[in-house]
Amino acid sequence: MGKAMHRLLTDSLGKEMLLLGNEAIARGAIEAGIGVATCYPGTPSSEIPDTFFTLYQEAGFYFEYSTNEKVALEVAGGAAISGVRSMCTMKHVGMNVASDALMTLAYLGVNAGMVIINADDPFLFSSQNEQDNRYYARLSALPMMEPTTAQEMKDMTVAAFDVSERLKLPVILRTTTRLNHLRGTVTFGQRRPITSKGSFKKDPFHYVAIPAVSRNLHKILAQKYDQSLELSERSEYNRMTGTGKWGIVTNGVSMNYVQDAVNDLGISDKVTLLRLGFSHPMPENLIVKFLKGVDGVLVVEELEPVMENEIRSIAQSKGIGIPIKGKGDNLFPRLFEFDPGLVRKTIASYFEVPDTSPQPVEVTDVPELPGRPPNLCAGCPHRAMYYAIKKVYGPDAIYPSDIGCYTLGVLPPLSMADIVICMGASVGSSCGIAAATDQKVVAFIGDSTFFHAGIPGLINAVHNKHKFTLVILDNGTTAMTGQQPHPGVDTEPMGVDTKQLSIESVVRGIGVEHVEVVNPLQVKKAVAAAQASKDFEGISVIVSKELCPLYARAIKKARKVRPFYVNQDRCTHRLDCINYLACPAMYLDDGKTMINENLCIGCAVCAQVCPENAILPLKIED
Amino acid sequence: METKRIVFVGVGGQGNLLATRLLGEACLAAGIPAVVSEIHGMAQRGGIVESALVMGDATSPIVSEGEADILVGFEPLETLRALNKCNQDTVIIVNVHPLPPFTVSIGQGVYPDVDKALETIRNAVSSLIALDGDELAAKAGNPLSLNMVMLGALIGSKSIPLDGDVLKDTISKTTKQAFLDSNLKAFDFGIAAAHSPLGPAKSGIKS
Repeated sequence: MGKAMHRLLTDSLGKEMLLLGNEAIARGAIEAGIGVATCYPGTPSSEIPDTFFTLYQEAGFYFEYSTNEKVALEVAGGAAISGVRSMCTMKHVGMNVASDALMTLAYLGVNAGMVIINADDPFLFSSQNEQDNRYYARLSALPMMEPTTAQEMKDMTVAAFDVSERLKLPVILRTTTRLNHLRGTVTFGQRRPITSKGSFKKDPFHYVAIPAVSRNLHKILAQKYDQSLELSERSEYNRMTGTGKWGIVTNGVSMNYVQDAVNDLGISDKVTLLRLGFSHPMPENLIVKFLKGVDGVLVVEELEPVMENEIRSIAQSKGIGIPIKGKGDNLFPRLFEFDPGLVRKTIASYFEVPDTSPQPVEVTDVPELPGRPPNLCAGCPHRAMYYAIKKVYGPDAIYPSDIGCYTLGVLPPLSMADIVICMGASVGSSCGIAAATDQKVVAFIGDSTFFHAGIPGLINAVHNKHKFTLVILDNGTTAMTGQQPHPGVDTEPMGVDTKQLSIESVVRGIGVEHVEVVNPLQVKKAVAAAQASKDFEGISVIVSKELCPLYARAIKKARKVRPFYVNQDRCTHRLDCINYLACPAMYLDDGKTMINENLCIGCAVCAQVCPENAILPLKIED
Repeated sequence: METKRIVFVGVGGQGNLLATRLLGEACLAAGIPAVVSEIHGMAQRGGIVESALVMGDATSPIVSEGEADILVGFEPLETLRALNKCNQDTVIIVNVHPLPPFTVSIGQGVYPDVDKALETIRNAVSSLIALDGDELAAKAGNPLSLNMVMLGALIGSKSIPLDGDVLKDTISKTTKQAFLDSNLKAFDFGIAAAHSPLGPAKSGIKS
């Protein structure tokens, strides 16, 4: 008997499944006959490529975790120009990395459908900013679509491929965290056969973006923009419902909140609702028709007033003077995500109807509650390396950090992150801090992040002779986003044929003269490596190499070790373990330091840190 | 169909995302419209995990302050923290077994007294169902079956229009054979516990 087919590859038309929004997008790509899929993982987009990873070999398309979003977009663009339907997925800040390619790929256009999934993160659940990437559609002149439900995340993906192919332009499908991570019922459609091979047809006057060619390509893009405007005017995703005099415009996840609010408030006969799903270019004629039928408009959109400003501009050009409100008068906040209650209350107050929202309980006698911040896991090798570096460099050195689990080192008592900007910025910002101050600088970057955007910064540091230490925290995986492989990972156990790169070789190849590779769980050696880096005049690199314990468990490479305990007769309560390591397996009980043996993974770092040798492995009875 | 908004709160590793998802699958099997929301990523590293399931005609995947019909709390401190999701008619189902956060373990905060916390909750809402979910899960033969206990208690509370057998069927179809018995047992213990919950000041937890 063969292996059961992946559930998302079924041919059965009309099959209903409860899918994560990101799985619905993956299914949409499969129904659209995708031939090439690329990505750099990032919350909230990660489950799309992770789903592809579980089924691409069986489905017969090409998939890769690319080095970064720019590369991912270029790979997908190359495929779509060669006539193969492609998808590229990324989180919103990944679009910044990809944007150089995006702007000119829009000029070149594509020959087969290409859909770029852009996942915004209002409220910054797992991001360094909450930028509104609807502006990228405006900047690149590319069409943008915004789904509202799990079903639409699938359907719109399929539709976006068709739009892309008609216009010969990449289409951006924009989601937000709440959509990526909702689960809803999805009814499956027909699967188009997968075509994973095309051919590149030479046409330098279309594909070689030198000034003379690009002047012409920009003209073509302007024409395609007009065509996309026509498609937007006719799109089933831009629809007006109701005939009331109260106008509401909305998009994306907010559409759900608006629908529920209108029903809850019982005002559906008074409202005309305009939902913009094909949201760039905005359908001007439809908007004019809408504006002419209502007495006033409330625009319900998260983050920036993008639709609000454009609708106001359309109204102005047509001499329509009705009030158009949203962010302008602070009815809606410009920061963070919306929720159903906020939308209901604002609609009720704007249209002056009684608010039916239930009152939250009033609780006066709840004591101050202790926080539960996310934390580095018990036995995390990052903690061990932070200990070694801090022991040598002390609290006054400057510690630029980067994007990954290790950013959690910012929390006390570790306090090992002084500046975090974006992927790779630990290296570049260290160059600047080292050049502009006399302070000691030790930067931290993860393995996946190093490959993603750390290498050019390190080349800069070597070439311009900056003086600092870069610690590459190599835990063998892209840990934070869910253990995806990167160029330094051996993917053979996953049944994937890739070439594994050595971080040490890359670093030496760039020309770093002082390079040490250490296992951070060997505390003395790690401290010695930190000291040697401090003594070295110039740029030095420490590769801190130890598998992420969660990943090690997942790939069945976790060593079988005994948990530790505190021998209370030896412990003198100096609390070095708690104050310098703060491992979540340790706790204080009536002043006694204890180890939770269920959480302890036996990394033995605390035992090496304890000055009284009071931390010992548990004896396990057979 | 009447809308029911259910909020689940717990701590990373307690399995409340799986519980929410199984409830969603059961709704699909029973023909009840439902939408689930989850949070993934950075928040999962030992932090608070909140999920929600909205059943009925509403389409919003999340639940605002004061709007939960049911709050399923896998941990007492996190249940207390999520009280702002509740109104006086909310049904609260709480596992009384505390998991002190790391801040408390290293002396940077005080874990609230569990019995007092239960009293606070009892005074705030019309219905509180308290149970020692960890004990019941252990009794069922698998400490990780806490989420099944809590699903059972949700069914036992009779606060949602879903047939317990449908949910049981969903659990059976998705659980590995090795854990099936203990999961189903845990689910039944949860139903029974909802029928005879712990009374005031009887959590048996010393703080």
